[in-house]
Amino acid sequence: MFRILLAFLLLSSWLPTRAAPLGPAGPAPITIAAAADLKYVLDSLVTIFNRQHPASPATVVYGSSGKFYEQLSHGAPFDIFFSADGDYPLRLQQQGLTAGAPQLYAQGRLVLWSKKLNPSLKGMNTLLDPQVRHIAIANPAHAPYGQRAEEALRYYQLYNQVKSRLVMGENIAQTAQYAATGAAEVGLLAYSLALSPELRRAGRFYLIPTAAHAPLQQRYVVLKRARTNTTATAFAAFMATPVARQALHKYGFIL
Amino acid sequence: MPLDYWQTLRLTLALAACTTLLLLVVGLPLAYALARSRSRLRPLVEAVVSLPLVLPPTVIGFYLLLAFSDSTALGRFLIGRLGMSLNFTFGGILIGSLVYSLPFMVQPLQAGFQQLPGSLTEAAYTLGKSRLTTLWRVLLPNMKPALLNGVVLTFAHTLGEFGVVLMIGGSLPGRTRVASIAIYDEVQSLHYAQANAYALTLLAVAFVILVALYWFTKKDAARRLA
Repeated sequence: MFRILLAFLLLSSWLPTRAAPLGPAGPAPITIAAAADLKYVLDSLVTIFNRQHPASPATVVYGSSGKFYEQLSHGAPFDIFFSADGDYPLRLQQQGLTAGAPQLYAQGRLVLWSKKLNPSLKGMNTLLDPQVRHIAIANPAHAPYGQRAEEALRYYQLYNQVKSRLVMGENIAQTAQYAATGAAEVGLLAYSLALSPELRRAGRFYLIPTAAHAPLQQRYVVLKRARTNTTATAFAAFMATPVARQALHKYGFIL
Repeated sequence: MPLDYWQTLRLTLALAACTTLLLLVVGLPLAYALARSRSRLRPLVEAVVSLPLVLPPTVIGFYLLLAFSDSTALGRFLIGRLGMSLNFTFGGILIGSLVYSLPFMVQPLQAGFQQLPGSLTEAAYTLGKSRLTTLWRVLLPNMKPALLNGVVLTFAHTLGEFGVVLMIGGSLPGRTRVASIAIYDEVQSLHYAQANAYALTLLAVAFVILVALYWFTKKDAARRLA
């Protein structure tokens, strides 16, 4: 029995795991770190891109912009970083970690979303409904959508009243999950997620006016390790094509 | 999707297996020394070995993240002198798992050594056997259930490990995205079906492992009584 077990362990520890490519010249597969609000639009764009570049495909990892900034400063092997806030790419550039200047590609919008209530009727006053026990926002400490959500709540002078009912997601997608499951009665989410097929069916929303918070300047930047990788350059060029711009527009980004 | 699924599963199995094998090599002498030691420092070493049991895995992950990056002296040494950048690599999550799973290997083994009657070792020595032969030929064959327990617990716990990998892994597909992280990612993407596929797999693997363990331990106990 023990010998069988050892044989199994030896066998499975030899299962091949792909080695990390170390910034080779020419076309090579790329890994993209992207803010969670881009989940649906970037998934569809990457599918199109990979059909055009089958030999050197792109993979995307989603999370909060602040977490990726932290990981990239500690040497995370991502080739392109799509941030929900232009500030993080600019800071990486100042640290000398990028292959060029950050590019502005869209502006994000914020919505008040609910599974049970109908925010399109009462707007921000939905938050004062007695049924609302939890309000999901992304963590303002490292998620740009969380910072803007807090600004919007302060703008409508609701922050102090709702402060004790705020629940925080690690990033905007996790926040959407709180709202989508109904664990939080309402959530301040990315417009791009509210327009996704998954959330569109599940609830209703109110589009928060841009005046209520500072703009969500969405910037991407190519990291230093990818400066000679032509797939990274190709992806950057792809973001400027009509196909990409249409997709961004469809998911509620202002261009 | 199925490609992702198999890739993730393969990576998860490889991580658990490498961790178990390496911990078996490290854990055996450590457990033996702890079981035999009469030193006053023993409780201290035991506490260090058991720390990962009570520490939140994110604490381990956080310190490893710092230790592997160039923001600390140790990190600068690793990167500058040895050229090892461990964050966000398989090697990095392997080291994290070794720390995290250490007590799951050492504790059962130590208990196993302690349960063996001292006369067993003495008899072997009187018959002129060396320490190593005694360990290999006499002690280990007599504590198979403890060995099995250590191996199985370590393997199963590494399969489900989350906090450490979350901090130092970066969720890179095929490199550091293990099943537990994939579940987290899929749930966030509201892909409950995919999350369920991973979760059910882990549940099934864990259950089969435990049934096999208890079935074997029972058979072994019955054989001893017979």
